[in-house]
Amino acid sequence: MSERFFPDSMPSPMADMITLPWWQHAAEHRLMVQRCGDCGETRLPPSPLCAECRSDAAEWQEVSGRGEVYTFTTVHRPIAAGQPLPTLIAVISLEGSGGRRILSNLVGVEPERVEIGMPVELVWEDMSADLAIPRFRPVEG
Amino acid sequence: MSRRAHIVGVGESQYARWGKITDVPEHTLAVQAILRAVADAGLDMDDVDGLASFAEDRNEAVFLAAELGLPALRYASMVWLPGGGGGCAAVGNAAMAVETGQAEVVVVYRGLCQGQFFRFGTGGMDASAPVDPVTPTVNQAQTPMLASMGFSMPYGMLMAAAAYALPTRRHMHLYGTRPEALGQIAVTFREHASRNPRAVMGHKPMTLDDYLASPMIADPHRLFDCCLESDGACAVVVTTEERARDLKAGRVEILGSEQGTPKGYAFGPFTNANVADELYATGGCEEMAGRLWGKTGLGPADVDVAQIYDHFTGCVLMQIEDYGFCKRGEGGPFIESGALAWKTGSLPTNTHGGSLSEAYIHGLNHVVEGVRALRGESSSPVDGAEVCLVTSGACVPSSAVLLGRR
Repeated sequence: MSERFFPDSMPSPMADMITLPWWQHAAEHRLMVQRCGDCGETRLPPSPLCAECRSDAAEWQEVSGRGEVYTFTTVHRPIAAGQPLPTLIAVISLEGSGGRRILSNLVGVEPERVEIGMPVELVWEDMSADLAIPRFRPVEG
Repeated sequence: MSRRAHIVGVGESQYARWGKITDVPEHTLAVQAILRAVADAGLDMDDVDGLASFAEDRNEAVFLAAELGLPALRYASMVWLPGGGGGCAAVGNAAMAVETGQAEVVVVYRGLCQGQFFRFGTGGMDASAPVDPVTPTVNQAQTPMLASMGFSMPYGMLMAAAAYALPTRRHMHLYGTRPEALGQIAVTFREHASRNPRAVMGHKPMTLDDYLASPMIADPHRLFDCCLESDGACAVVVTTEERARDLKAGRVEILGSEQGTPKGYAFGPFTNANVADELYATGGCEEMAGRLWGKTGLGPADVDVAQIYDHFTGCVLMQIEDYGFCKRGEGGPFIESGALAWKTGSLPTNTHGGSLSEAYIHGLNHVVEGVRALRGESSSPVDGAEVCLVTSGACVPSSAVLLGRR
């Protein structure tokens, strides 16, 4: 099991047929994005159709997990039992994802150090044997 | 004779802090609000043949129609938006119904008792109850909304104060918007509430220092950046100009209504990290605002008074820019100049105190106040006001109505 940052009580994601593969890849510690099989547009989060060319062809590609902070908030009230406070929630622009972003948490950083544009990298947190959540920490050096 | 849609009556139940109304169920509060609005219009309940609401209102129209003894329910609708963005859209639906002859008299209502169900601020979670992780499986998310929340909730993003902090933070980064601008919004609306007998916070004055000293909830949102959580209900009555002419109450014309969800927006920054870059630090209403001005032949300079949906202060600031009251990025200085203040400002806004200080009835109380403002019945009256802009929740799929009195 990975290093833990959050308690078991954090809400688990709910999936449907379209998004389940994303979570199955995550359980294997692979951050995968969909690319349109016709025009190459990145589809993140997964979707049934390319919103640009309306093709339903898609393939999965792994991305590096590097990115930068697009915006963030420091949360001082818990929604889950045992949630560590403050909790940093951020939007991360992902490298190699055609400008697409992902919502996540920042871990291993003091809130005062966080700024928009800060380079970050992926860190997986295993919540259970079948559920891993991608979180991010600053790139050191 | 014209079928142009007018609002002819407004009404509300008691407004109270969440959890304070324990002896009357939410749907009975909705019934009270509807009865008062119809009485205010000078109509009889037997005249009502339509009901419209929004935001997953628990109080289904068919049951209200039965309780109210309506002779026939010819029109009922619910706006397909989960958030508070649909209030003005519900008024727009009512207007379409009467203008097309689908109905003659439509009551738009919203009942909301957060104390009887759950406080929005908790995200529906119980932070005192430990739970175990759940493995994702197929068909777990029974709606696209829930599947989309799969990409926000594991990070603790279930609290609106945190969600709308994200675009506000980015606005501050891009344009140098100061916390004092957000504070000015909270302080101004509280001052307006001080004259409003319905306002839950009417007796609690607030200074900018009080605002800056209030606890941080989700940076940059302090406690006083966040709207109230309330128990209450309100309603407005929509009918045709032909019908309105015979009524005793002052009528207000619905000059135009619009709904708007920009490309790729879905539920906005709450669950969607991929709102387009040019839209991210906005209320997402600029396109819709352009259509509203275009169809009415009016513009921001024609607005005498505004009721702007204020779930969070930053969302007010970004809407002010969306609707063109100032340029993009200049909302901070515009607001810090005192523009939103009653009497002295160029754009007196939320003359009832808004959701920050009157009550949080999902913004339908802003439509009620828009009508009062044009009838000269507001507790903060704007002399000679002829045009009022009312908006619904921004940074989510939104809507707006432009009201007029000639």
